[in-house]
Amino acid sequence: MSTSTLPAAPPGAPAPRATRAITPARLLPWLFLAPSLAVLAAITGYPLVRMLWLSVHEYERAQLLGVPARFVGLDNYTATLTDARFWTVTARSFAFMVVCVVLTITLGTLVALLLMKLGKAMRLVLSVGLLLAWAMPPLAAMLVWGWMFDSQYGVVNHLLTRLGSTSWMGHSWLIDPASFFAVATLVVVWGAIPFVAFTLYAGFTQVPGEVIEAAQLDGASARQRFFGVQVPYVRSIYVVLIVLSMIWDLKVFTQVFVLQGIGGIKSETSTLGVYIYEMGMAQGHYGAASAIAVIFTVLMLVISAYYVRATVKEEEL
Amino acid sequence: MSLAPAGPAPTTATDPGVVRPAAPVTPRRRSRRRRAAAVGWGVLAALVSAAFAFPVYWMVNTSFLPTNLISGPDLHLWPDQPTLRNYDTAMFGQVRSPFVPALGTSLQVTFLVLVAAMLLAFVASLAVTRFRFRGRRAFVLSILVVQMIPAEAMMISVFQMIDSAQLLNTVVGLGVVYLAGVLPFTIWTLRGFVNGVPVELEEAAMIDGCSRPRAFWKVTFPLLAPGLVSTGVFAFLQAWNEFIMALIIMTRPESMTLPVWLRTFQQATKATDWGALMAGSVLVAIPVVVFFLLVQGRMTGGLVSGAVKG
Repeated sequence: MSTSTLPAAPPGAPAPRATRAITPARLLPWLFLAPSLAVLAAITGYPLVRMLWLSVHEYERAQLLGVPARFVGLDNYTATLTDARFWTVTARSFAFMVVCVVLTITLGTLVALLLMKLGKAMRLVLSVGLLLAWAMPPLAAMLVWGWMFDSQYGVVNHLLTRLGSTSWMGHSWLIDPASFFAVATLVVVWGAIPFVAFTLYAGFTQVPGEVIEAAQLDGASARQRFFGVQVPYVRSIYVVLIVLSMIWDLKVFTQVFVLQGIGGIKSETSTLGVYIYEMGMAQGHYGAASAIAVIFTVLMLVISAYYVRATVKEEEL
Repeated sequence: MSLAPAGPAPTTATDPGVVRPAAPVTPRRRSRRRRAAAVGWGVLAALVSAAFAFPVYWMVNTSFLPTNLISGPDLHLWPDQPTLRNYDTAMFGQVRSPFVPALGTSLQVTFLVLVAAMLLAFVASLAVTRFRFRGRRAFVLSILVVQMIPAEAMMISVFQMIDSAQLLNTVVGLGVVYLAGVLPFTIWTLRGFVNGVPVELEEAAMIDGCSRPRAFWKVTFPLLAPGLVSTGVFAFLQAWNEFIMALIIMTRPESMTLPVWLRTFQQATKATDWGALMAGSVLVAIPVVVFFLLVQGRMTGGLVSGAVKG
């Protein structure tokens, strides 16, 4: 094998692997990592430390203007954990997340199975519909849904009035927290299904046909074939999709924030992300909001721990 | 979409051959029933497709309707008296913050993030795949974990940091925040793609007389094109669509990005101009939708490749 251990490899060009080379080449990977490390340390690392620091200090609007911040230990945390509002918001966020994840995964599976049943032409038709929903920028999608559910001129009230005998004109969907979250769930699930369906479809098509055939010959019903053969084959995809959906739906911000702007009651509809924004950015309780943010971050890391561990094992890091 | 044919194919191939000699009528009856089922599934697919596409259609429809029809007593399911007035109001209306500067800011931020993310992620992914060094595992592990930290939790400290660096309302300020946001994912994804190209390919080229950098450039780099495309798409979508950080960092009307600009259509004191708002939404959505339709095949590949056991 030709040795290309040049004494002075030009920086920026890929050089021989460190195992074979000596000192200058040992610095090369760090040179490659340096820009990314610098950005991540400055823009992710520092704010993380700052978030922890804020969470143990008294930090309000006055401190932003120069009044020195007082160290208060865990006061912000005890205040948060004894605040009924925090628990209501947390419970609401989790309930919303569970409903959204169950609906997304169930309906996404059904759409994926439908994609399997179709011929080429109809599969394209369905794919285009799904892609359009998937491609919509979240904020634009949110505004369109807000318009569709508009109390005065929204298409939903128009159609409901036309279908039934009672008039829905003027009915507000966002004032009542229950129907507010029904709308929010509809929007989140609508936007999340395409990704789940496409991913599961791609997974299902990789299940070898002989295995399903063999199960069929053994007399397995369609249901048994699905739960006994197809699902176990794509089990790892399901795990990833469920964990990702849990993370995405728990930190939902834009959807709730925009619907509140159109006409929801903030105190009765905020989820964790929106609550942190309210407490911190809007009301200026930076210290208290940071304590909530730390708790929120820990929650997310705990939820994703399983996914991280599985990934590490699979990738043989 | 070069995916294998769906489930029922093998049975169609084997069944008739087995049955035909005994009962020649059965295959035809069965195929008729199968055709009926296919039509049923097709109809269902069309309905589901329409349901998913409807909000997009409704946005486009409303954007072309004159205001008096939008807020009239009747429902207009298609733009029967089409007008471009809403687009004119959205882009050049004097009441709100202007469209053109917002478009400019969005384009600059997106371009900055796209180029910087791909460059930094590319060299970083080389470092963690083609080199063995102490700290490599720790770095890869930490970019995996960092992806799980929600931006929603970081908004206060990020805001204060950008504020104290005097970078509020600047393209650079928002750009670096987005860059830090997309880097972990882009490095992670590209790392997977570089790992997928065996080093032996490069070594074969080196036996043929290539230097190592040249072997990499000529052999491995071209094979990374799909990886660069998918990370580029991700960075583009992130920078174009992001809302929370832009809301916090770009507060001045002249430095807003498009998503923040879209939100200015809703003012607490006035009735919303839905026609103009939908026209604005169309303008923001068009580049993304076009982009999506172009690269759709690559969007799910990453998660699935290698994830199925068997």
